[in-house]
Amino acid sequence: MTAAAPVLAVNATMRRARRARRGVKIRIIGPLVVIGLIIVGAIAIPIAYDFDPMHADLLARLTPPGSVMSDGSTALLGTDQIGSNLFAQIMAGARVSLLVGVATLAISGLVGVALGLLAGHFGGWIDATLMRIADIQLAFPSILLAILIASVLGQGVGNIIIVLSISNWVVFARVARSQVLSLKNREYVEAARTLGAGNWHLMIRTLLPGCMAPVIVVATTQFAQVILTEASLSFLGVGVPLGTPSLGSTIFNGTQYLSTAWWISTFPGVVLVILMLAFGILGDALRDKFDPTLRSA
Amino acid sequence: MVGYLVRRLFLAVFVLWGVATVVFLIVRVVPADPALLIAGSDAPAEQLAQIRQDLGLDQSMLLQYGRFLGGAVTGDLGQSYSMKQPAVTLIGQVLPNTALLAVLACVVALLLAFPLGLIAALRANRAVDRVVTTGSLFTQALPNFWIGVVLLLVFSRTLKWLPSVGLDGPKSLILPTIVLALPFVSVLTRMIRNGLLEVMGESYIQTARAKGLSERIVIFRHAVRNAAIPVITIVGLQFGTLLGGAVVTESVFSFPGIGRLLVTSIQLRDYNVVQACVLVIAAVFVIINLVVDLMYGLLDPRVRLAK
Amino acid sequence: MTTTQTGPLDPSTSTSGTPLLSVQDLTVEFSTAAGVARALDGVSFEVSAGETLAILGESGCGKSTTAQAIMALLPKPAGAITSGKILYGGRDLAAEPVSKVREVCGTEIAMIFQDPLSSLNPVFRVGAQVAEPFRRRRGMGRRDAWARALDLLKRVGIPDAETRINDYPHQFSGGQRQRIMIAMALALDPKLLIADEPTTALDVTVQKQVMNLLADLQAETGMAMVLISHDLGVVAEVAKRAAIMYAGRIVETGPIRDMYDHPAHPYTSGLLESIPSQSSVGGRLKPIVGSPPNLLDLPSGCAFNPRCPFATDRCRDLAPTLRTPEGWSEGHQAACHLSEEMLAHV
Repeated sequence: MTAAAPVLAVNATMRRARRARRGVKIRIIGPLVVIGLIIVGAIAIPIAYDFDPMHADLLARLTPPGSVMSDGSTALLGTDQIGSNLFAQIMAGARVSLLVGVATLAISGLVGVALGLLAGHFGGWIDATLMRIADIQLAFPSILLAILIASVLGQGVGNIIIVLSISNWVVFARVARSQVLSLKNREYVEAARTLGAGNWHLMIRTLLPGCMAPVIVVATTQFAQVILTEASLSFLGVGVPLGTPSLGSTIFNGTQYLSTAWWISTFPGVVLVILMLAFGILGDALRDKFDPTLRSA
Repeated sequence: MVGYLVRRLFLAVFVLWGVATVVFLIVRVVPADPALLIAGSDAPAEQLAQIRQDLGLDQSMLLQYGRFLGGAVTGDLGQSYSMKQPAVTLIGQVLPNTALLAVLACVVALLLAFPLGLIAALRANRAVDRVVTTGSLFTQALPNFWIGVVLLLVFSRTLKWLPSVGLDGPKSLILPTIVLALPFVSVLTRMIRNGLLEVMGESYIQTARAKGLSERIVIFRHAVRNAAIPVITIVGLQFGTLLGGAVVTESVFSFPGIGRLLVTSIQLRDYNVVQACVLVIAAVFVIINLVVDLMYGLLDPRVRLAK
Repeated sequence: MTTTQTGPLDPSTSTSGTPLLSVQDLTVEFSTAAGVARALDGVSFEVSAGETLAILGESGCGKSTTAQAIMALLPKPAGAITSGKILYGGRDLAAEPVSKVREVCGTEIAMIFQDPLSSLNPVFRVGAQVAEPFRRRRGMGRRDAWARALDLLKRVGIPDAETRINDYPHQFSGGQRQRIMIAMALALDPKLLIADEPTTALDVTVQKQVMNLLADLQAETGMAMVLISHDLGVVAEVAKRAAIMYAGRIVETGPIRDMYDHPAHPYTSGLLESIPSQSSVGGRLKPIVGSPPNLLDLPSGCAFNPRCPFATDRCRDLAPTLRTPEGWSEGHQAACHLSEEMLAHV
């Protein structure tokens, strides 16, 4: 090894380290910006276009992207098989996806973290039962369980939220439980206990804050999963009811017109990918920032 | 090792029982009245009663559960309401196709992920690694049903290179295999990369180098052998996602497998078949995981020879 | 007694005066996210054939880094040799590519590590690991290689070696694992064995056994040894010479008995005083005040001055170089402005 090469290596490593630190910031802010834009679009665009999923304008059906409509406006992404503006429909579908995502995470997060806290803190049969239930649930490939429950519940946004919450509580429970187990023996918890803190207080005030960081990381990555599952269920016909726009059902509707109107199936997927990438990168970056030891594939 | 085996076996049986019970509960207990779901809410009462009798719903829940469990063990999973055939017969016709698809997807995924993960680990944090890791993250963000539709559009409808539906000849296996393998490849690549990186940091690798062994031997004999152990466990877990993915993929390509049978049965409200399909898929997953656990025990002498 | 030489060695000389290994002015830097840390700064020492040198110091002083640098085991890309020479057998190992240096690893220079459990591959049988050098480096067949491995295991004192050769590392005790490591290192009859904290992870009783084993093996084979440790007592009987390291520099070197009896550097005497001994039973322990310096932010002048009870302004301004204190033999050197006063006190 000559003397020149090591000096170059030294500089390269330092540059890489600096880049890594900047990288985490970009990876948090970038996705947040994108998600923010989509949220704004999801709220505003369907309103701007007066989107009504039930309204059919058959003269305008299946027009390609960029075509000029009869009223002079341009259909940015084309129109679908009943003449609805595809852009508006996609944004309306995104709205549903985001709503379902938020609701699902709220419910499954609350329930999961609560159960995980209980299991980790009390241990014993509570923990054993919870873990056995989790084992059984995890023996189902996740989408399979969702499909099964959705098929018997029937279509409906509320039903989807229930189904997805059932599928997702386990992840939160596990994360919360493992955090509690690792924090349980830390001194500040011992200190709170000796000061006379009751179980309730211990769990909510002392242990819960320690769980928040990994829970937030998990919530972000789970958001992408939830959006994907909702789209998949809607694609299969066991998700949103007829008449409610969804990225998944739009893609499905487009399969009948693949050769003639490729845009109907293609563009909703692009938005799905953007959403999933955004949440995926955000989740990764948050994990790198808060706790690199959580790192897994 | 024997203790380990026995424990895993017991756990697997327990989980299988749990899975069967959950499936039973969901299909029986959740809908207000399965007969209503099947025939519609404005069907005549006699039809509803007939359906209930056909499905055995007029018996007590406990009796139904007993019959269900007993049937599950002996191989009788009920009768298909729409096809008038035993559910197991229907499943038996399509399960091999799904199995073929799954195996192919696994093989393709391993063949791709191993070299990619290896290169990414050996050139960690450099350009190659960045490309591979970003590529795999991106691939994982692709919804499988959408990418299936897009590939269908490009290769089948537009270029007309590959067939789009059904299963006739090896060409129809190509697209479904790719779609099924894609998320698997991305997860596996990152797993192999991370696992290998972790192993390369271990002390015994330093010892191997200090023995003057060539880097090739150090990596392929000492490192890979250790990194393979956790990777195999992950492959088992990911197989479940693969099976779930098969359900969706088969729908996109109208591939005659158990996933498609499940979806059509749902649309036909044929709950016996739905129940049977879910049970079989979940059971396969449990068994695969058991096999993976056993392999783990065989590969890791610390487990195999635990005192 | 060997003296420190300056200037290049003539590779063709093989007189008994030529050292086996000569490290000259070795500097190793690590690039970290927080800056460049100089783990070794102008380290020089020699080992002659058949002799034992102890390298001593606290954690982080650079002793393990020295061993890693010699064997081309520095973690890449973070660590690199930025200047200096490592002369062995007429070659400068510091100037050669890693693959060339690895050729001498195992055959000429061997190394054993601190924690034998994590240093042995958990998924291969012990026999396979000890036989591996014979198979890979000497091209022996499996049966011959395993036979030699069996001999080695017996030689290092593994009881019941015929059956235990088929066992895995986790099935042995700590002391036995270290013996296996020693067997593995000695397989190809190296001329120099570097032992990086070989007894640190072992029980006190086992430590003695392993050190004795090393001494016996050295007597048998005539190999040289570099013993790296933080424990001055453990190496005292086996090593003839020692080098004390601090913050990447050698601060004192010389015959081990001389140094222990008459330390010429405050750090050395601090280390010696901090060892609990018979005479201090019931009294307080006397640790060295403060903690080892941050290599990214070394004190000006002598790196030890913040913790040194005798530090003067000169110590804070000017870093001392290794020199022989006035009146002492050439073999004993210290890097301290106040060596003469140190020696006068004792």
